[in-house]
Amino acid sequence: MPLELADAITLPEGPEREYLWTLNFGPQHPATHTTLRLVLTLDGETIVKAVPDIGYLHSGFEKLGEHLDYNQYVTIVDRKNYISPVANEIAWFAAVEKLMGIELTPRCKYLRVIFNELMRIHDHLLACGAAALDLGGFTAFLYAFNQKEKIYDICERASGQRFHPSYLRVGGLLADVDETWIEMVRAFVRDFPPAWNDIVRLLNRNRIFIERTKDIGVLSKEDAINMSCTGPVARASGVVRDLRKDEPYLAYRDFDYKVICAQEGDCYARYLVRMEEMLESCKIIYQAIENLPPGPINVDADSKVTMPNQLSVYRSIEGLIHHFELIMSNRQWQTPVDEVYAAIESPNGELGYYVIADGSGVAYRTRTRPPSFIHFAIFPYLIVGHQVSDVVAVLGSLNIIAAELDR
Amino acid sequence: MTHEEIITKLRDKFGAAFTTSEFRDNRRIIAPAERVYAVLAFLKQQCGFDLLAELGGADYLQYPDAKDRYGVWYVLVNTTTGVRLIVKTFANDPEPTLPSVFALWKGADWMEREVYDMYGVIFDGHPDLRRILMPDEFTAFPLRKDYPMRGRGERHNFPVITRPES
Repeated sequence: MPLELADAITLPEGPEREYLWTLNFGPQHPATHTTLRLVLTLDGETIVKAVPDIGYLHSGFEKLGEHLDYNQYVTIVDRKNYISPVANEIAWFAAVEKLMGIELTPRCKYLRVIFNELMRIHDHLLACGAAALDLGGFTAFLYAFNQKEKIYDICERASGQRFHPSYLRVGGLLADVDETWIEMVRAFVRDFPPAWNDIVRLLNRNRIFIERTKDIGVLSKEDAINMSCTGPVARASGVVRDLRKDEPYLAYRDFDYKVICAQEGDCYARYLVRMEEMLESCKIIYQAIENLPPGPINVDADSKVTMPNQLSVYRSIEGLIHHFELIMSNRQWQTPVDEVYAAIESPNGELGYYVIADGSGVAYRTRTRPPSFIHFAIFPYLIVGHQVSDVVAVLGSLNIIAAELDR
Repeated sequence: MTHEEIITKLRDKFGAAFTTSEFRDNRRIIAPAERVYAVLAFLKQQCGFDLLAELGGADYLQYPDAKDRYGVWYVLVNTTTGVRLIVKTFANDPEPTLPSVFALWKGADWMEREVYDMYGVIFDGHPDLRRILMPDEFTAFPLRKDYPMRGRGERHNFPVITRPES
């Protein structure tokens, strides 16, 4: 199998070349967390070239999207970035609802914002916790996973599923939340900052952690933009860009929060940006849960895009017909014959969907813009010149989720 | 710079070489394959579109009223003003070829490789156009519309390496 990297790195010729040796890293290595493979060319312990070889987890998710209807595809979307499943759903339905021209109800918008921010905390807890774990900081990882567990409980209360909630539907949500759920979120917002502080005190001034992450994998601002980086990776390099502020979607205009940026662009800056973003997310959740608007979660039943409630299906002929029209595979949604791109600020960066509709209830093409895929493409540039042990530090700071990487 | 100003600027430079379309908040510029590189380079250098947010492709084989087979889109963002613009172009059989934009945005590297892998669109000038998600032995282009969802049995024909051979 020929493995040649494009440019930027030219291997030495002649007798110097004989000193180089090749190390295969992955696809099943504990520090890769999921299945991705790297072929490293080393000079002693210094990396002179890294070639990622991906596709071990390719599952044809985009092909499946051309055979499942707009609501059914939510279960597949969940499984792309399984660390922030609801953020994926929000991105998918943002595209579908933009395509169909649906304006959501205020309560639905607020609930989606709460879920999006919970997912951001969830994702960043994994990214920071696992980054620490790979560098030998086991305790911080356990503290992070302790909080992650509470977010799973919140998902379970709302949707019945912990890991893959499949909570969103076209024009609304699967079900409304109850008082217990609201209390759970309140408790989380109350308990999270002290737990966050524990992680900060373990890592932020930890000498080993700083020496393993500072000045490692430096990404300049120009490169970050030129290589299509978004989200915390770009913001840690000084790119002031956050879709929540730049292209406000859902109800993000209503909240008061900051966009966290750093200048250094190294692994430590990416870690700090993620940590600070968690507190900002916590602020948004607090504002949203305290001002949660009353009212319906789904758009009006007359618009014929959301599922009717069960009672009306069983007790009224209109409800039954409505349900039938949406469920039968030869009827379903009437979409415009056009295409649309919509993106949200997912925990990992800009998560977009390019949906092409041909008028039927099944999308003609569903293209994901996967942040993990785009961020992993910069990995060979970041790692050159560093040591073998820095591979896990850089991988952890980019937060590569292989299911989204390979789809 | 708003969309209208950008389109006026492009009209001054390229005349009627491209068409525009609009849907919801998406603004699109549809340029033919032979002019698309010039349009993209102009947008990057003169209009400040420094971020290639997304590059993807589609096969319009069964699409209603489609004239061309493969479509490729470039979602551009100006990170200073936040303006978003989609540039679209088309390619056709038997050898769908488009110019590579790797020289303009390094981020296009893997995204072009993915479009090549899934649709077989060749990006002329790409430094390293190989399959990225599918194995190198794979011969078909799986996201094309004439490729069945369940595959053509490639998986059953993969070479199996036994332990003594490995």
